[in-house]
Amino acid sequence: MASKKTPEINGGSMADISFLMLIFFLMVTTMDKEEGLSRRLPPMPAADQKVEDQKVNRRNIIQVKINSSDRLYAGNEMMDVSQLKDKIKEFLSNPLDDPNLPEKEAVEIEGLGTVMKSKGVISLQNDRGTTYSKYIEVQNELIKAVNELRDDFSMQQYGKTYAKLDSDRQELVRKAIPQNISEAEPKDVKKK
Amino acid sequence: MAKFIKKDKGETPGISTASLPDIVFMILMFFMVSTSMRETDRKVIVSMPQASEIAKLERKDLACYIYIGQPTAQYRAQYGTESRIQLNDAFRTIDDIRDFIASERENLSESERPLMTVSLKADKDTRMGIITDVKQELRRCSALKIMYGARQGGIK
Repeated sequence: MASKKTPEINGGSMADISFLMLIFFLMVTTMDKEEGLSRRLPPMPAADQKVEDQKVNRRNIIQVKINSSDRLYAGNEMMDVSQLKDKIKEFLSNPLDDPNLPEKEAVEIEGLGTVMKSKGVISLQNDRGTTYSKYIEVQNELIKAVNELRDDFSMQQYGKTYAKLDSDRQELVRKAIPQNISEAEPKDVKKK
Repeated sequence: MAKFIKKDKGETPGISTASLPDIVFMILMFFMVSTSMRETDRKVIVSMPQASEIAKLERKDLACYIYIGQPTAQYRAQYGTESRIQLNDAFRTIDDIRDFIASERENLSESERPLMTVSLKADKDTRMGIITDVKQELRRCSALKIMYGARQGGIK
């Protein structure tokens, strides 16, 4: 006769089993973090639509070019990547109302009141021979310039950095200081 | 006071392993939660550039990936050392991007389609020519939300 007690399951091999599963998961999964620079491409113009140069006032646009040997030109001067951020910040904020730098217009933003918004556009052009790392480095500097301006602005308005604001206010700040980086139609920057 | 007399037999007691399964299970759970399944085999070498202003991809499930880089050693004999595009599990050309994007879109629900992000994972030594071509093709397919893959890193 079997005893009435059901025998207990031996848990000794539990550790081995879970070790096995652990090893399995370590092998088949990755810990890749998905991060990078977020961008929005401009929509492709329809085929029958003529590519007309947008009427942008010359002073409102800064051309940032990277040529095939990874040299950087901003405006019309050659510069190092480390100088780019300050150049862009000056360009976008135009603190002295220089007539050669972008004009500002007063815009009514709901929740913020009237804000002087820069009309500046950064146009980024690269050559087919430019390396990707240089391109990202320059993109990074451009974004950094905009981010720092946003930080300054939110410091002024709310006394906090942009990252610490809630999402509604971040939206407002984004409206006041847009990230106008255009990487439209590819053109080769061979000359120079 | 006989109670307190140590019965020293000169033997160290064995460490109890009763909690070992629990500990290992805990580690297992951690890895299951924090990692994601590897979906594709990389056939190109991608070492992403560094950037400091990176943002995280909010919805991983809405992303599709385009890898650009040199083929790995085992494929060099066949494909050479020129930078190539990898979609899913195979080498592809620019012309295949359209189909790839269309099929990725198909997998998403109607409301989520506009939120689809294309993550470009390109090697840092890639030339911009191929990336510009990819970007133009993406614009043609109106997959406009893109992300340049980069690693967090200090910029000198």
